[in-house]
Amino acid sequence: MAIGSPKVRVPKDPVKKGDKVNIKTMIQHPMESGLRKDKATGEVVPAHFITSVKAVYDGKLVLDAVWTGAVSKNPFLGFHLRAEKTGPVEVTWKDDKGEEFKASEVITVA
Amino acid sequence: MENKDMLAMNRRGFFHSVGSVGVAAAVVGGGVFVGTPRDASAAVDALIAEHMGPGAVTMDKVVVDTPDKAENGAMVRIPVVVNHPMEPNNYIEKVAVFVDENPNPFVASFAFIPESGPVDIEFRLKMAKASNVRVVAKSNSGALYGFTKKIEVAEGGCSG
Repeated sequence: MAIGSPKVRVPKDPVKKGDKVNIKTMIQHPMESGLRKDKATGEVVPAHFITSVKAVYDGKLVLDAVWTGAVSKNPFLGFHLRAEKTGPVEVTWKDDKGEEFKASEVITVA
Repeated sequence: MENKDMLAMNRRGFFHSVGSVGVAAAVVGGGVFVGTPRDASAAVDALIAEHMGPGAVTMDKVVVDTPDKAENGAMVRIPVVVNHPMEPNNYIEKVAVFVDENPNPFVASFAFIPESGPVDIEFRLKMAKASNVRVVAKSNSGALYGFTKKIEVAEGGCSG
């Protein structure tokens, strides 16, 4: 399965300072817990999951998540921010093999 | 529109906490998640203390608006709203999610700062079978707030 394609979605239209803004993120990842057995071979499928998701906005770490293999595959994460000023929301995913994925989108504050 | 949804969510949350666990917790006083008297539950209580710090969990402020039954255990939607100020000296610094019956009950945690704005997140988790799902929020002063709900699963999520 393809891994990666990190995506961040912010409102397309300008928002007002102080607005509660909805941010949606998604990434392609198997999120193998290391507990699942392959049905055909009976072998345990090795763990491979995202352990960390961080979102930075306006120079601040506004969301710092720790994940386990119990988060669904191709994980969606939605969260909200209080709009301060025009600037990017930068999201970084890291998995247990040390691979890192980044995506960012700019929030426009009118 | 959004405000109306929020109100509906709050109302449901209120009845959930008061109706199910809130009363039991209030009666026993200081008990952590009373109302789930099983061994797994005690182990998860210990996990909660490990991740969130010691102290009683008040069944208040946290709302998880999710159906009683998940169609697909591989993808159970967990939207979490915490009705608490996000001000410099009074904010929610962490939210953690636990599924009692999962092999590893700790699923995820999310840390915040006052500038994060209101805690309103959504993600999806896996669960193999029916279980209590518990969400605990911790304020910067260490106060713990929680929400618990038993979610049934039509199809288990271990294969996904």
